[in-house]
Amino acid sequence: MSFELLGEAIIAGVLLGCFYAAVSVGLSVAFGLLDVPQIAHPAFLVLGAYGAYYLGGFGLDPLLAGVALTPVFFLAGLAVYRFYHATFESRGTDAGLRGLAFFFGVAFIVEVALILSFGVDQRMVEAAYIGKSVSLGDVRLPMRMLVAFGVALVLTAGLSLYLSSTFTGRAIKAVAQDQTALALMGADPVRIKQWAFGIATGTCALAGALLIIVAPVEPGLGRLYIGRTFCVAVLAGLGSMPGTLAAGIILGVAESIVLTSFGASWAPAVAFGLLLLVLAIRPAGLFGR
Amino acid sequence: MGRWTTFIVVAVAVLVAALLLARIVPNEYFFFASYVVLQFIVLATAWNILGGYAGYVNFGSGAFFAAGAYTAVALIKAFAAPLMIQLAAAALVTGLMGFAIGAMTLRLRGIFFSIATVAVAVICETVVFNWGFVGGARGATVLQPPAPALFASYARMLFVVMTLLAVLAVALARYVEISWIGRGLRAIRDNEEAAESAGVPTLKLKLFAATASGALMGIAGAPFPLYMSFIEPTSAFSLNYAVSALAMPIIGGTASWAGPVIGAVLLGSVQQVVTVTLSSEINVLVLGVLLVAFVVAAPEGILGLARKLSAKARVR
Repeated sequence: MSFELLGEAIIAGVLLGCFYAAVSVGLSVAFGLLDVPQIAHPAFLVLGAYGAYYLGGFGLDPLLAGVALTPVFFLAGLAVYRFYHATFESRGTDAGLRGLAFFFGVAFIVEVALILSFGVDQRMVEAAYIGKSVSLGDVRLPMRMLVAFGVALVLTAGLSLYLSSTFTGRAIKAVAQDQTALALMGADPVRIKQWAFGIATGTCALAGALLIIVAPVEPGLGRLYIGRTFCVAVLAGLGSMPGTLAAGIILGVAESIVLTSFGASWAPAVAFGLLLLVLAIRPAGLFGR
Repeated sequence: MGRWTTFIVVAVAVLVAALLLARIVPNEYFFFASYVVLQFIVLATAWNILGGYAGYVNFGSGAFFAAGAYTAVALIKAFAAPLMIQLAAAALVTGLMGFAIGAMTLRLRGIFFSIATVAVAVICETVVFNWGFVGGARGATVLQPPAPALFASYARMLFVVMTLLAVLAVALARYVEISWIGRGLRAIRDNEEAAESAGVPTLKLKLFAATASGALMGIAGAPFPLYMSFIEPTSAFSLNYAVSALAMPIIGGTASWAGPVIGAVLLGSVQQVVTVTLSSEINVLVLGVLLVAFVVAAPEGILGLARKLSAKARVR
């Protein structure tokens, strides 16, 4: 591979990687910090993408649609966690297998519901910045990737800041470390986890909008993103926000290089291959707790 | 041997019934539909050996199924191998895959193990997608050989073969369940550290369970190309298999070998009816909704519900 081609692949990979970080931050919170086996996260992303598509039909910009849907997703997240906690966590026994099967089933239902209401065809949105590109020297960068890159950075940095400098954010980090200690300090761990899960689900609305900005979306897309999001969340070191960004970029660059040297049909295996590698070598991830 | 007598009598009766049905039922569709139900019995039973007994949730059953099917296709393309050889080779290949997954349990538990199985599934699919010899993304056509002398059509023979495979799979699951292996696996499911320190050979048992489970899934998939006469990655790796393999035991009840059988017969039949009368999407939706409903409301499955009911009846 020539040097310029490699350079272009890396630049494209970094843009793609920040986007991967944005779709994974929610999982980093739900799975990384709260230990909830949120297999349905990618399905919620696709749901968010279809939300943006649906509102786009009324002429709403996909990003604005994502922002508008965030509170809806947040509330849905609260409800899902409340239900999950009442049925599985508080009963304790065998929560692992059943919790997994539960979220697997939810993901499945979301996918089929999307097929039934929108069909299996690919859907895309229209906006002024989709389809244009900017030239940076010799490198042409698609505008939609730049937009996704910018929004992804804002989303990830914002969440990182929220977790490290607000009272609730710190409480969320605390609940991940020692639930009992937090309860002794007078805070209700369940309510804090519920809030955090709401935020994690809320990010799916905006990240889902990015999903449909970056490429057309079809209902089965969630399965592909199980690999990408879990790869990023695990590689990040469960729950680390800077780690999520770094891991996203690593995955993005790796995928981009494989794409330019072997072709697009091999790209789906990259995330899963990297994930297996991380699980085998360093399950704690880059920035593990 | 006492606790096997009834089982063997029933198993032989089922086989004889299958042979008789293959001769007397006039409608070909009956065999087409029954084959699918039987295939799900094998798949669900296989999943339950690792998932139900040992508590390791495999989301990648579809990949094992497809690996079995594609092993058969490769053998047919290479030297027109007979069905028996295809079955044996598929069991070998997916047994090895299962062994590899079993080895992963050394480091990975719970959701990490499950995600890793999804990873294995997607990597397998990508490889098959790019493998021209077995048809790649376009798929491959497989010609059914002429039906053997005893049978009126090839589908009828596959129906009998699948019945035999289902009986063997259930017998293996039953053996695992009531022997010391099953006790060890249940100990692993309940508390792996405690089992290990109590002297249960956890790694050996997990490797055995994963290998047996994988081999059975491959066997379930091996006759698939001949049954369909055509195979392509999207249908072979269909999520339907992964979800069914997991939903059927959970709905039937994971504690005993009868659970997956009940789940597979019930859901498999419902699927056939719904797919024909409504649509295959609704069928998948029914599966998902039932899975969630049972996981939430009846975690012990139909078996658990039946046990509760009979206990109540006894109290009265």
